[in-house]
Amino acid sequence: MPSSAIEIENLTKEYPFGFLHLKKKTSLEGLNMQVETGEVFGFIGPNGAGKSTTIKLLMRLIFPTAGSARILGKPISDVEMHREIGYLPEQPYFYDHLTAAEMLGYFARFQDLAAADRKDRVQRMLKKVGLDTAHKIQLRKYSKGMLQRVGLAQAILHDPKVVILDEPMSGLDPLGRREVRDIILELKRDGKTVMFSTHILSDAEMLCDRVGVIVGGRLRGVGAPGTLVDMKTQGMEILFELRGASNAPLLSKATRTGACYRLHVAEEELYAAIEQLRGAGARILSVSQVKATLEEFFLNLVGADRAQASAVEVSGK
Amino acid sequence: MRRAGVVALNTFREAVRDRVLYSLVFFALLMMAAAVAVGQVSIGIEQTVIVSLGLSAISVIGVLISVFIGVALVSKEMDKRTLYALLAKPVRRWEFLLGKFGGLVLTLAVNTAAMALGLLLVMLYVKHSLERSDAVVLVAVYFILLKLALIVALALLFSCFTTPLLAILFTVGLYIVGLYVQELRDLPVEVMSPAMAAFTKWLSRLLPNFENFNVMAMAAHGRAVPGALILQNTLYAVVYCTIVLTAAAVVFSRRNLK
Repeated sequence: MPSSAIEIENLTKEYPFGFLHLKKKTSLEGLNMQVETGEVFGFIGPNGAGKSTTIKLLMRLIFPTAGSARILGKPISDVEMHREIGYLPEQPYFYDHLTAAEMLGYFARFQDLAAADRKDRVQRMLKKVGLDTAHKIQLRKYSKGMLQRVGLAQAILHDPKVVILDEPMSGLDPLGRREVRDIILELKRDGKTVMFSTHILSDAEMLCDRVGVIVGGRLRGVGAPGTLVDMKTQGMEILFELRGASNAPLLSKATRTGACYRLHVAEEELYAAIEQLRGAGARILSVSQVKATLEEFFLNLVGADRAQASAVEVSGK
Repeated sequence: MRRAGVVALNTFREAVRDRVLYSLVFFALLMMAAAVAVGQVSIGIEQTVIVSLGLSAISVIGVLISVFIGVALVSKEMDKRTLYALLAKPVRRWEFLLGKFGGLVLTLAVNTAAMALGLLLVMLYVKHSLERSDAVVLVAVYFILLKLALIVALALLFSCFTTPLLAILFTVGLYIVGLYVQELRDLPVEVMSPAMAAFTKWLSRLLPNFENFNVMAMAAHGRAVPGALILQNTLYAVVYCTIVLTAAAVVFSRRNLK
């Protein structure tokens, strides 16, 4: 098996628009990226960044203007390669005249599975995604979250080596999100390669071995969540409780919620701050380190990109 | 090919669950009303009236289903994005198209067969017996089915590259033009310029000739349809459908989904 499960080289997608399609909008610009075998890879970026475009290109739902991609060493144009791939589309919608069991049975028929095996897998998958009690209901009566679950079930039904999920947490309640996280971790334990796109950065931080950050159709960074951001301590946060009035100068810098206050101080000022707060009658509840998060890294990139776009617009270039 | 069969069976199931076969109820009511009315107003021409009315109803109902559901076969899947998960499976786009075509033709075949059976029952009720020559009705129904398959193929082709509304307009337009292809062929080319004559000739060959499939008058009068015409129409429909579906597959295999 190749070390990279997914290899993307210079993948570019332009959409023509306007009268006679003479203008072009670049949705994805020269993407180069690898997803290693057995890793969980998170693809993060704001709306319209190019995440779904990349995934659709990999699935051959749309065709690249330039570049190529290989999955498990085979070019993406090879239809038989899809036996080894599971895919969950963004905001999935399925044949609403079918029940969940019928829909999974239908998709299983394309995987050359024996009839008994198909039935068994369908039952197991429905149980795995928590739909075993609703399997006889037509999909037209399913909620968005239930459709997401059935979509996940069809993606992993045939035990694929590579699972590609487009916004798998979208539309799910906290319980559903946790179940999807558990399924992704289970896939990783089974040695599967998982690539998923998400807006929810905490999920990416929690699940991913590596993440790729894409903004404005360009890849801005790839690496482990901890290496992408500056993990040095950026200060200390003191959480304290204070009842009654006080004139301590530090109180003006703290954020108040009821009787609780949250105060950010530099690391070297921590002990002096604690002394001052205790002197004012505060009860210290907790002290923790403040580190840069993936979210801050991501927001900085998006902010810089928008600032650049505005500058170009203002200068008329 | 097996994968196309799986898609076809799902398409058939979808049509059944979307109550397409409810058209049979309309047909049954129409035929019952005709059977009662014909006994009171027609003397000696019961068969002609019943067969003409029955075949016309089978044709109109079939054409409506072929055009509207034929166009929706692909456009609905693209619009609702049900196609995404399917094309991520080991399925080629042409297999998907062929399956959708096969599924709707199967639906039409079941629908048409049921209506044909209803027509024969009404004929039996009106005439009190069926004769060997009445088998021509079945040939006429078979020709209608061939015509419907051709319409489905055209609807599928148009829906692969344009909006559903335009696809409906193109399909209906081509169907109407196709009913008058013989008139185009009969135009006096000797009075035309050579270029116009050549253009008219090629156009009349290129357009689908739907009038070929109309043997309603022969069926209404119990006249036998020549075996050569059955063979010719079958070959014509198969070849024309193959060409149209191949064109649809070429267009669809290059299409970017939304």
